[in-house]
Amino acid sequence: MTYVIIGNGVASLGAIEGIRRVDQKGKIVIVSAEDVTTYGRPLISYLLAGKIGPERLALRGPEYYEQNNVELKLGTTVTALDTAKKTVTTDKGETVAYDRLLIATGGVPFVPPIPGVKGEDIYSFTTLAHAKTLIELSAKIKRAVVIGGGLIGLKAAESLHDRGVSVTIVELAPRILSGGFDEKAGKLAGNRLKNVGIEVNCGVTAKEIQRGKNGRVKGVLLTDGRFLECDVVVVAIGVVPASSLAKEAGVKVERGIIVDDKLMTSAKDVYAAGDVAQAKDQLTGEHRVVPIWPNAYNQGFASGRNMAGAKQPYQGGLPMNSISFYGLPTVSVGMVNPPEADKNYDVIAQLDEAKETYRKLVFHEGKLVGYVLVGDIDKAGMYTAFIKFEMKLDDKAKDELVNAGPEVFLWPPELFNQTWNPEPAKAAR
Amino acid sequence: MKRVYPNKDVCIGCHICELACITAHSKSKDLILAYTVERGQNGLSSCKHVHEAGPVCVALSCRHCDEPACVAACISGALRKDPETGRTVYDREKCVGCWSCLMACPYGAIARHPLEPKIVKCDLCHDRPGGPACVAACPNQALKQEER
Repeated sequence: MTYVIIGNGVASLGAIEGIRRVDQKGKIVIVSAEDVTTYGRPLISYLLAGKIGPERLALRGPEYYEQNNVELKLGTTVTALDTAKKTVTTDKGETVAYDRLLIATGGVPFVPPIPGVKGEDIYSFTTLAHAKTLIELSAKIKRAVVIGGGLIGLKAAESLHDRGVSVTIVELAPRILSGGFDEKAGKLAGNRLKNVGIEVNCGVTAKEIQRGKNGRVKGVLLTDGRFLECDVVVVAIGVVPASSLAKEAGVKVERGIIVDDKLMTSAKDVYAAGDVAQAKDQLTGEHRVVPIWPNAYNQGFASGRNMAGAKQPYQGGLPMNSISFYGLPTVSVGMVNPPEADKNYDVIAQLDEAKETYRKLVFHEGKLVGYVLVGDIDKAGMYTAFIKFEMKLDDKAKDELVNAGPEVFLWPPELFNQTWNPEPAKAAR
Repeated sequence: MKRVYPNKDVCIGCHICELACITAHSKSKDLILAYTVERGQNGLSSCKHVHEAGPVCVALSCRHCDEPACVAACISGALRKDPETGRTVYDREKCVGCWSCLMACPYGAIARHPLEPKIVKCDLCHDRPGGPACVAACPNQALKQEER
């Protein structure tokens, strides 16, 4: 059995670990455009900020690939996929045959068609190569504008600021972190950034990137008429699935590559996982692209196991983000911004601006379905349990959860016993 | 693999497991120094936590899950599964303190280190002769390490 994996992000790593749970012998071949073994992609902001050195980026040790019998074809791009012949062709002219294929090509930065966006001095921040470029650049530039106030944009801004660059963020939405967080959490995080001197502008975006006669960036003209002088622009609006290879091969693609409950695509023996896949969401049961780290690993793992023949469905992903802004920790899990008009949701939010703490709990039909924590995040995982295990809460249990916190004794007795002190035959591992 | 199983029906909430844990993970290996000095100076803290609700109590720590949510969530490679021992192992040097594991673990088994951007998590006292200190110290056999 030969497994070919395209891409070497965390979904690819999860796939290796999933395959090896079931099949210790089969050959695994990784073909990756990036010329480096799997690294902690979110660590590029730590690298850019100077908090860690490049030696800490690798996600597994140097012996890992050999131990797991993985052949690496790095710096190699797959140019074509033939699902009938079961082969992939690379830019080096090589044809690789597979029995099972995993497409884990991730996402590519979305760059909107702003006038002036094409050309020099425009950067993204999603790969190690981008981080290295920005590190070199940061010594030479004074001012940067970051377009996009989501997680990538804010981390890019923070890291550049740490390198001594004066940074301004522009965000089209009325608040930063509009995706996974809510207004109050966004404000607390935004205050931290403002306090260190990062300018945050919401409700505006770039109308035009203006360039001098030499073609270099002079600054960004905003939709409200202001002009922000800068040397470089970092575009961090988000990522879109890198699905063109699959599309060209006739694999069914909507927003991402469509997969079934075993992560197999519309083509037999071709699987997809991670930011490129449109996979099941646990809470809604819908298939969506949710480009977050744990989902990518879990989808990779589940696809790996299924490619190796385990027939175990993927249980579905749960959106979750944990990120700190200048020492202020924030966690967001599940459904955190329910539709306001929907009376079936019950939201309990407590903000303490002086202490910089915030807790928001979102209930739906007697279950916790989402939460946000800022500042005091120590009980995050215990809140996650109530969402992940979809625990039904009566009014008393809900009151206790709200007032006393997510105590383990609120769990149903069967789940408690099975988890913590099971009969040997029933042990949940 | 042998895991540590807590029994709430016989736990008496004495917190001796927590003291045994900090002693086992201290530099001095001395209970009094661990508690009075290292706790404050080095942020030494227990991997085990006694949960109480009225008369019921139970001492919980990392379950060393077969498919750990913390490993999936770890962005730095600090947490991984050791295929040989089955333990969920933590490499302190690699950890960047992003708290993703703490968010993902539905068992509340991961804590922030009080002083550094690191986590505190049970290592099953893997290098301690005689196995986990909490199990050895429990006066009522509420903690058992066995194969189930």
